Amino acid sequence: MKHQLDYLDELEAEAIYILREVAGQFEKPALLFSGGKDSITLVRLAEKAFRPGKFPFPLVHIDTGHNFAETIEYRDAMMKRIGEKLIVGYVQDSIDEGKVVEQKGKNASRNALQTVTLLDTIAKYQFDACIGGARRDEEKARAKERIFSVRDEFGQWDPKRQRPELWNIFNGKIHKGENVRVFPISNWTELDVWNYIRREKIELPTIYFAHEREVITRNGQLMAASPFLNMDEQDVVEKRNVRFRTVGDMTCTAAVESYAFQIDDIIDEISASRISERGARMDDKVSEAAMEDRKKGGYF
Amino acid sequence: MDILKFITAGSVDDGKSTLIGRLLYDSESILLDQLEALQRSNRKNDDGSIDLAILTDGLKAEREQGITIDVAYKYFQTEKRKFIIADTPGHIQYTRNMVTGASNANLAIILIDARKGVIEQTIRHSFLVSLLGISQVVVCINKMDMVDFSEDVYDKIVADYKALAEKVGLKHVHYIPVSALKGDNIVNKSFNMSWYKGESLLHLLETIEVKVDYSRAHARFPVQWVIRPQTEELHDYRGYAGRVSSGSFKVDDKVTVLPSGFHSSISKIELLDEEPAEAFAGMSVTIHLKDEIDISRGDVLVNSSNKPEVAQLIEADLCWMDTRPLDTSLMYLIQHNSKVTRCKIQEVVYKVNINTLEKEFSDDFKLNDIGRIVIKTAEALAFDLYQDNKANGGAIIIDSRTNVTVGALMLRAAVD
Repeated sequence: MKHQLDYLDELEAEAIYILREVAGQFEKPALLFSGGKDSITLVRLAEKAFRPGKFPFPLVHIDTGHNFAETIEYRDAMMKRIGEKLIVGYVQDSIDEGKVVEQKGKNASRNALQTVTLLDTIAKYQFDACIGGARRDEEKARAKERIFSVRDEFGQWDPKRQRPELWNIFNGKIHKGENVRVFPISNWTELDVWNYIRREKIELPTIYFAHEREVITRNGQLMAASPFLNMDEQDVVEKRNVRFRTVGDMTCTAAVESYAFQIDDIIDEISASRISERGARMDDKVSEAAMEDRKKGGYF
Repeated sequence: MDILKFITAGSVDDGKSTLIGRLLYDSESILLDQLEALQRSNRKNDDGSIDLAILTDGLKAEREQGITIDVAYKYFQTEKRKFIIADTPGHIQYTRNMVTGASNANLAIILIDARKGVIEQTIRHSFLVSLLGISQVVVCINKMDMVDFSEDVYDKIVADYKALAEKVGLKHVHYIPVSALKGDNIVNKSFNMSWYKGESLLHLLETIEVKVDYSRAHARFPVQWVIRPQTEELHDYRGYAGRVSSGSFKVDDKVTVLPSGFHSSISKIELLDEEPAEAFAGMSVTIHLKDEIDISRGDVLVNSSNKPEVAQLIEADLCWMDTRPLDTSLMYLIQHNSKVTRCKIQEVVYKVNINTLEKEFSDDFKLNDIGRIVIKTAEALAFDLYQDNKANGGAIIIDSRTNVTVGALMLRAAVD
């Protein structure tokens, strides 16, 4: 037998190992599920880690209310298939409770507001570990984050006080009120995720594939026309063939023009593409330290 | 295609970040928007070219101070291999970060400034690479453009380094003269150093072989989690979930559970719907045994023909990682694979001056100190010697007051 793990097998084995460490080390873990391809990949990895048993954690979805309809359809169908528990935290509830205020202006988005809903949901259910699908290749601040990333009771990440993380030993010890964000696919790249999805024949929400959609061009990027986007007479709605490379909510996720109808097309497109994935996220463009600042504040 | 994980050791001034930036840049691993962000930035080299070091500096403080504080991970791939770089800081006050990055690396690049040659920090970095058991080392003699691409300068440094390598016990060392700033011998062979007959750095990284121990003798499987669905149709299902840390297991292999010492044999190996005949180092699987015995997280399955050490009193090398010094009167926690138990540092045998490699005899053990200690654990650990089996010979110390990881241990011997 050939004793060589292919890179996808190695990444898979590492992620399964990390998920099982979460199960073994924490009392009340949760898996943060966004409906995006990375968290969908996590669900598949959790099946590999724990079947035929149940997942030792529920899935948690922070719902901004500005979702692509396709994401919610996908989520509900997936939950039916896997038979696990889903908890939804609504940003609308945080708005109604007066904990956050809706942004105004043309580029208004609920992206920043969901941090509050996330932290409230963690507190309500007393989650001590939240598994997320973030990857180190996405962004500079993420490149420095640990696989077990401790957050204080205010949900904050302190990049200067990270615990050393050696070998395959993950220290999940925390004080009451703190929690740990765990990133099992830290070492995967965007292309790795897509290759894995292809290999495992994982179904994805349809918005990842090219389709005709009404869009407007804003700040040089294509945004899906929707009632959630503050539009005015300067915004010209046109029909284009597009797909989405990441799935945030409708106000912060830009589309790319694409004719990639199949997963093979997408992999070809990404291999050839010279625009990195977060380049299509308006939320990172604010400043060079945009992600670092949001992470310090408790973002995913 | 496999993955090579490597670290880069060297300090700010050696051009370490520039070297990584150059690898990414010349192998076309930088994406367009990252490149734009790079060009937007106002940090430039003296000749006006892009400062490639920016690609690895992630945190605000690092950009402000132009230094690397923490371990940054970078990813790139060529047609031959995927690479994960742990970019670690070189200053002595960040020794713990280098130890952290080195713990998972298969290879280390040690940077030497051609103008300075082998200096104190080269000794330190080489010692750490050896301590952490990284088997392959590539010494990049950098800034060759600043010494007129001189072969004599290169030869002198290689000779000096060979003496050092022998002293710290590094066996597989490769040497390459480079200029990270200009790109000589990084991805493409240099036109300025025709006297150098070896390969470029990238070519070496693509082709170097990394040996992994897949022997049955070193089969180790720490149990992370027990899968027990307890449903009607899976009433008696009991699977041990974990990742093979070293060696390999096959169905019917006789195994021993440690520390309890019970014996059984493997009835099935599973991964979701697959049933691989063999599980080898690196694979995450679920193992079933023929007999029903009490096994839980923290136990380890090993091949019965070759057992690890089982002991409570252990000699180990320790790297201290916390600002609060080691307190030998205090009870700490030790985490080894999936097992956590209490421990005490019973004795500091010696400390090593990591700049001169001399042994020092003092009991205080502060941040970044490295030395030999004797540790006593509340429950026995089933471990291999770190030099024989990294995966089963490393452990961490946790301060139960702060829950922070305060020490890295390389287990060296069981004490009778």
